Amino acid sequence: MRVRRAGASALLIECRDGEQVEAWRVALGRRREAGELRVVDIVPGARTLLLDGVEPGAEELLASWPQPDTAVARDQGPLVEIPTVFDGEDLAGVAELWDLTVPAAVELLATTAFTVAFCGFAPGFAYMRGLGEKFGVPRLDSPRPRVPAGSVGLAGDYCGIYPTASPGGWRLVGRTAETLFDVRNEPPARLGPGTRVRLVPA
Amino acid sequence: MITVVRAGPLTTIQDQGRPGYAHLGVPRSGALDQRALRRANALVGNPAAAAALETTLLGCALRFEQPARIAVTGAAADIKVDNLVTAGVLEVGAGSVLDVGRATRGVRSYVAVAGGIDVEPVLGSRSTDTLSGLGPPKLANGMTLPIGTAQGDLTAQPDGGIADQIDLGVWLGPRDDWFSGRELFESDYQVSPLSNRVGCRLTGTPLTRATKGELPSEGVVLGAIQVPADGQPLIFLADHPTTGGYPVLGVVDDVTPLAQARPGSTVRFRELR
Repeated sequence: MRVRRAGASALLIECRDGEQVEAWRVALGRRREAGELRVVDIVPGARTLLLDGVEPGAEELLASWPQPDTAVARDQGPLVEIPTVFDGEDLAGVAELWDLTVPAAVELLATTAFTVAFCGFAPGFAYMRGLGEKFGVPRLDSPRPRVPAGSVGLAGDYCGIYPTASPGGWRLVGRTAETLFDVRNEPPARLGPGTRVRLVPA
Repeated sequence: MITVVRAGPLTTIQDQGRPGYAHLGVPRSGALDQRALRRANALVGNPAAAAALETTLLGCALRFEQPARIAVTGAAADIKVDNLVTAGVLEVGAGSVLDVGRATRGVRSYVAVAGGIDVEPVLGSRSTDTLSGLGPPKLANGMTLPIGTAQGDLTAQPDGGIADQIDLGVWLGPRDDWFSGRELFESDYQVSPLSNRVGCRLTGTPLTRATKGELPSEGVVLGAIQVPADGQPLIFLADHPTTGGYPVLGVVDDVTPLAQARPGSTVRFRELR
């Protein structure tokens, strides 16, 4: 783990992998709640955790705390089941990339235990890890101008669900009717970092 | 209530934005020139968190359907009430039309009204986020805007002033090791007309990458200097995405001058240590 500065009031913690990011996110979230750390935003990325809006001395404070145990954070997030229809336009292509039949590809997606690694791209858009590198797929060569809300897609080794209609280059494998982002809810996103997700065939 | 007579190309409601939701992919948003917003609010006796209007280059015109106290700050522009040129803190009667003209210096004017623009907040802010679409829509002709209850005393405020040359302090990192040269500090850059509320695009000497390849997505801060494949820097402003996949060479200490930077303006960087 290495801490980099991002301007005068932010720190970027570099981690080994997504699991360590999650362990730090949970540990620092607890320290914030306990009043030991003042920070405006704790933003996970693929292999980093950004602490935005920290006070002077935060770097020394971080260095004085032990590295969190990844086992403690694992599988601690809330579980959300997303009813999913697996009929995406790119499903057959994805199955081919995986060297699987379409039913076997659906089976893989429906049995994978996903965890939200981080959000980005749009409010409530969750990058879910769980498939592993072996089942990584490249983005589409040219993004679709419009992907409907609720579309379930794959890019790299992440799975994501579009909370709103937008342009997008992820390979679409299915869709859900669930609302994933609603400003009237607190928190507004159903799939925040650390949330465990299952795609349940609908 | 206010009726929008001339909306202008991009006039939005802005306040201090919605920090605290970046982990859910929600941009901070808020006024680009926070100092000008704070001055405008103070001049009419509003708390700092009140929402005002942010214009872009060509101003806007508003009819006040009730008496109101108004202040306009930010870009230099002709201010007229019922076609008479005026300045300072204005007391207008019901039916008066305020016209904020074309910016002669700077880009964005801030129109504060005693009581604030009282639209429904979204995630704790009344700001329009042009990237995600959160918050109220941009102003359109004929639209009406509610005004809140005036409170507090007027505070005298020094004028902000707009610099001709933009000199920005930069903290290197977090990804300065992805770059080999010091072009950023050794040459001038120009503000591109493609700049917007998401980011200020610059053109000039391309920044040389030492490391090829893609950076896994990571959180980015306000003022981050992101460098895409073409080497031309992009400085993130209020509506910036919460995560990015291009390396961030450094972070601009204060982005306020960029809120008022017209296309073609010269930008110089100096390293902060």
